[in-house]
Amino acid sequence: MSQILLRNIKRVGNAGALLTHSSVASPLTVAAAVGISHQQLHTTPACCEIRKLARLRVVDNSDLGKRAMAEGRPPRCIHVYNKRGVGLIGDKVLVAIKGQMKKGILVGLKQKQRLKQPQFDSNNLVLIDDNGSPLGTRIHVPIPTVLRTILKEKTLAKGADYTKVLAIASRYV
Amino acid sequence: MNVNARVLSNRLAQQCSLKRIVTFSTKPTQQAAAVAVPQQKDAANSAPVRKPIVPAHYRFVYPEFLPDPKVEWRNTVREKLERLDMLDRRRQIELPEFYVGSILAVTSSDPHAAGKISRFVGICIHRERCGLRARFILRNVIDHQGIEVVYELYDPTIQKVEVLRLEKRVDDSLFYLRDALPEFSTFDEQMEPETLEEGTPVPINDIKVVLRPRPWLERWERQNLLGVANIDQYIKDKHRKSAEKVQKPWEKYDMMKHYRATIPEEEQKEIFAEVHTELHTLELQRKRNKRKRSFVKPKQLA
Repeated sequence: MSQILLRNIKRVGNAGALLTHSSVASPLTVAAAVGISHQQLHTTPACCEIRKLARLRVVDNSDLGKRAMAEGRPPRCIHVYNKRGVGLIGDKVLVAIKGQMKKGILVGLKQKQRLKQPQFDSNNLVLIDDNGSPLGTRIHVPIPTVLRTILKEKTLAKGADYTKVLAIASRYV
Repeated sequence: MNVNARVLSNRLAQQCSLKRIVTFSTKPTQQAAAVAVPQQKDAANSAPVRKPIVPAHYRFVYPEFLPDPKVEWRNTVREKLERLDMLDRRRQIELPEFYVGSILAVTSSDPHAAGKISRFVGICIHRERCGLRARFILRNVIDHQGIEVVYELYDPTIQKVEVLRLEKRVDDSLFYLRDALPEFSTFDEQMEPETLEEGTPVPINDIKVVLRPRPWLERWERQNLLGVANIDQYIKDKHRKSAEKVQKPWEKYDMMKHYRATIPEEEQKEIFAEVHTELHTLELQRKRNKRKRSFVKPKQLA
């Protein structure tokens, strides 16, 4: 969380000049603005968990996802559909992407995984609609094989069909 | 933390070393012989008793046979039982010699995969733990996506461990590959195993890895890494100063600390004397089988 806050400060950092001119600014904020304007402040290790406001990486070729990633505004998780509040592999999440709310499935995590299950360098997401069918037509990174079992279990007879995500995967690890 | 605990438990260690269980042995005659040797030497000074000669490189080839030196975790009986189990497993499957920096291919059964089998190729970036819990981490970049998998060496679901390239790196663990450019951890999955001539020492690859700009996952500048080319490019004076502050250059002279962090040589000899013959016969068997497999029957022409 602290990282996100600092990022926000950094974005405000450009406005630091304004702050210095105004008499309202306390010395602390000025110092923070000056210090941050030329370096990246990093106090705690990044929290790799998928919880609210975690940024994700869209790995399918949906138009929306591609544009969001190309613009450098990756989607943020705004809700995790489980009781833990922390997203695990195969969990459904609600994301804010380019001003819209979309659902997605987590297909790769940075967090520590179980034995023999792959751990990825980024938190990967595939966008889906309410029926569970993906918005894109291809996933361009490998996805873990456990997803086959997990998504099949999560697909109920009359609910959304998540196994369509498996059909657009290019390869499994 | 560990060090502190070890310092505190120093007295405990001394007590333990006095009470160590050495009577539990499956090969009483061999141990008796080993014990008898120095006595005989004292007596007659000339008695050619054959002792099992353990090659010095065994502690590098089979590091997981040495227990964790942490005193609270030592249990001689458990260690012995674990060693027996490890040998049992090694009779079933070939677990080759490899080091951090070697490129491995691990085939394991996977109930989720299509063919119930999955194969992962990658560079070994870390080896840890000992006994049956020994494990290693493989890393590879597939489709521009960095992937790491943790395997336990004695996992019964592992079907095959192949060493595609046997080599060492200059550092103990290669976690910095996570912050390096992806080409340094990209390896072809269809790689053919490269063979080393017998008797040649394991080559050391002194490649210098190029890091991405900060922010990094760890403070690499503090870790005295030898395999990284461009740390200086990205750190500032304040990082250099703080890195200097946490350095402990006196630690290499701290013999007691070194002693507590390692298994003493006499104990190592004791352990390897127990498993050496079995491991050696397994090695010979493997070699024989390999030669048998590589022998191709000449075709009958005309």
